[in-house]
Amino acid sequence: MEKLIIHKESCKSCRYCIENCPKGALYIKGDINEKGYPYVSVDHEKCTTCGICYNVCPDYVFEIQEREV
Amino acid sequence: MLKKKPAACFVDNKYCPGCGHGIINRLVAEVLEEMGIYEESIGAIAVGCASLMPETFAVDCIQAQHGRAAAVAAGIKRCRPDKTVFTYQGDGDALAIGFSETMYSAIRNENITVIFVNNSNFGMTGGQMAPTTLENQKTTTTPRGRNIAETGDPLNVINMMKDLNTAYIARGSLTNNANIMKTKKYIRNAFEAQQNSEGFSFIEILSPCTTNWKMDPIKAMEHIEKNVTPVYELGVFVERGEKNA
Amino acid sequence: MEKQLMKGNEAIAEAVVRAGCKFFAGYPITPQSEILEYLSWRLPEVGGNFVQSESELAGISMVYGAAAAGFRAMTSSSGPGYSLLQEGISYIASAELPCLIINVMRYGSGLGDIFVGQSDYWQAVKNGGHGDYRSIVYAPASVKEASDLVVFGFDKAEEYRNPVTLLSDASISQMMEPVELPEMQEHNPDKFEWSLKGKGEGKARSITSVMYFQEDYDNYIAAKYKNIEKNEQLWEEIETEDAEIILVSYGITSRICNEAVELAREEGIKVGLLRPISLYPYPVRAFQKQKNVKAYISVEMTALAQMAEDVALACKMKQPVYSLAGGMEIFEASDVCNKIKEVIDGKAKEVF
Repeated sequence: MEKLIIHKESCKSCRYCIENCPKGALYIKGDINEKGYPYVSVDHEKCTTCGICYNVCPDYVFEIQEREV
Repeated sequence: MLKKKPAACFVDNKYCPGCGHGIINRLVAEVLEEMGIYEESIGAIAVGCASLMPETFAVDCIQAQHGRAAAVAAGIKRCRPDKTVFTYQGDGDALAIGFSETMYSAIRNENITVIFVNNSNFGMTGGQMAPTTLENQKTTTTPRGRNIAETGDPLNVINMMKDLNTAYIARGSLTNNANIMKTKKYIRNAFEAQQNSEGFSFIEILSPCTTNWKMDPIKAMEHIEKNVTPVYELGVFVERGEKNA
Repeated sequence: MEKQLMKGNEAIAEAVVRAGCKFFAGYPITPQSEILEYLSWRLPEVGGNFVQSESELAGISMVYGAAAAGFRAMTSSSGPGYSLLQEGISYIASAELPCLIINVMRYGSGLGDIFVGQSDYWQAVKNGGHGDYRSIVYAPASVKEASDLVVFGFDKAEEYRNPVTLLSDASISQMMEPVELPEMQEHNPDKFEWSLKGKGEGKARSITSVMYFQEDYDNYIAAKYKNIEKNEQLWEEIETEDAEIILVSYGITSRICNEAVELAREEGIKVGLLRPISLYPYPVRAFQKQKNVKAYISVEMTALAQMAEDVALACKMKQPVYSLAGGMEIFEASDVCNKIKEVIDGKAKEVF
């Protein structure tokens, strides 16, 4: 099993990930990170860890890890 | 599929929100890491937004003079032929002030890789017209839109380069996952060509400049799809083995 | 090592190879071209790299890259080509990299002409490029000295991590003289921790202006050049001990002055010659030790008496400074003697 990790402090709120997510699993709810950007969050129920968000992100926000059992 | 940012991207980059440089930095780092040559690589980094790269990119780097990155890289590569040497340049740098150095590196078929970021303006200095600026595109020095009767046409450098004796030339974009993956494949081919001493490799990447285009990042990507790509066609223009076979 | 008869430019080029230099990139221009031509076949013989670049801008950029990789690297040029090198020289100095630049001086501004001159003095010695830096500048007065200063120049460039300029001229570079060439040496580009070689297991290197990371940069860079000024002054004195008039001259012109000293001494005039070998740092100490001097005459092939400014600074204007200047015709020793007499007779005009 894999899990999507979000490094929210790196997010600059460009929304490329949201635009490209095939499952509509990513969203910005309005909380602001230390850089001052509303950062992205994930709905793990919808996420299939396909990795597209990682590919389109300019800011190294996403990581897909092995989920701890 | 496990995903983790490459070791070379060791801290957050300093580009604007939605800037394509971040994606391209990561793709270069991924390819170097996947090929196992990241610790043996040397980058000649251009003036402009590219110059933000060395601070956040853990590869041996040299800050080239404006426009001269390909010449600096050629000097390094000729001295250290066993290292992977690349340039990282924008369009103002590589095609305006550095046109001669860029073209002559291709003419000499220097065994280096040029990563060329086309965002159709001078980003760092505030969005002035670059050689790649589209017809009628508004910039801070073409406030009423680029008038090609005065400035000449947007410069498609690959059209000028592709008949030269070079190893590999391709143009990619960043507008969606598929294009990003294709661009990564081009970058991989370019570095492989260099590793095999095939000669000059050149990857042009169409990239958004959200700040100076004054566009929302999503809109900027749409603009590339709709308006930039028709002028700068995507694809491979010199296949490996085509010229030197 | 046996003496052999060699043309200045070829002796310089051979000395470059013997200094362990493995990289040259440059562009043809008279009267420098023999250096380029010689290295085009000689460097490949020793496993080095020769590139005929598309311009001097590209040439110095390649030298910048090669120097950053830790290799002994150099370029050479003349006149307008030397102007084009300035961008790169400033970058190389800003990044504290060693390299050797040779300027075989011709005469005049703009296109000028290909005959001998010394009118690049200000540009070479005071910096043609932008920002706070200096290039260490050596001026040879013979073919032998030119070849010696090539090796010495590379050593100093590495000692101070700074560009060194060999300021030759069309006469020194084009004449043939007996020369004893320096011994062949090897250079190891990996001996420098800073040289670009791929980061390996360590931290990535960044070759760029040191002002971005050097603590207390202003004082650091000022101290670096003060140190060079203190330790690297080089000059030769001829009959200055009792001299009341001292000619100051470098390069080919100093040889004319040499003869003038002899001629004037035959007439009982107490004349000496002070020949700067390092133009930066200027040999100020040589002026300060003069006991009997009553006037200096700067003899140089420039229309604007460029070096006379440094003579005045070096003697702190305690003595009057005169000049014999101009490059459209080469001075004869008798011209120098006439100037000496004008000075004695009070007919000459001070420069300042």
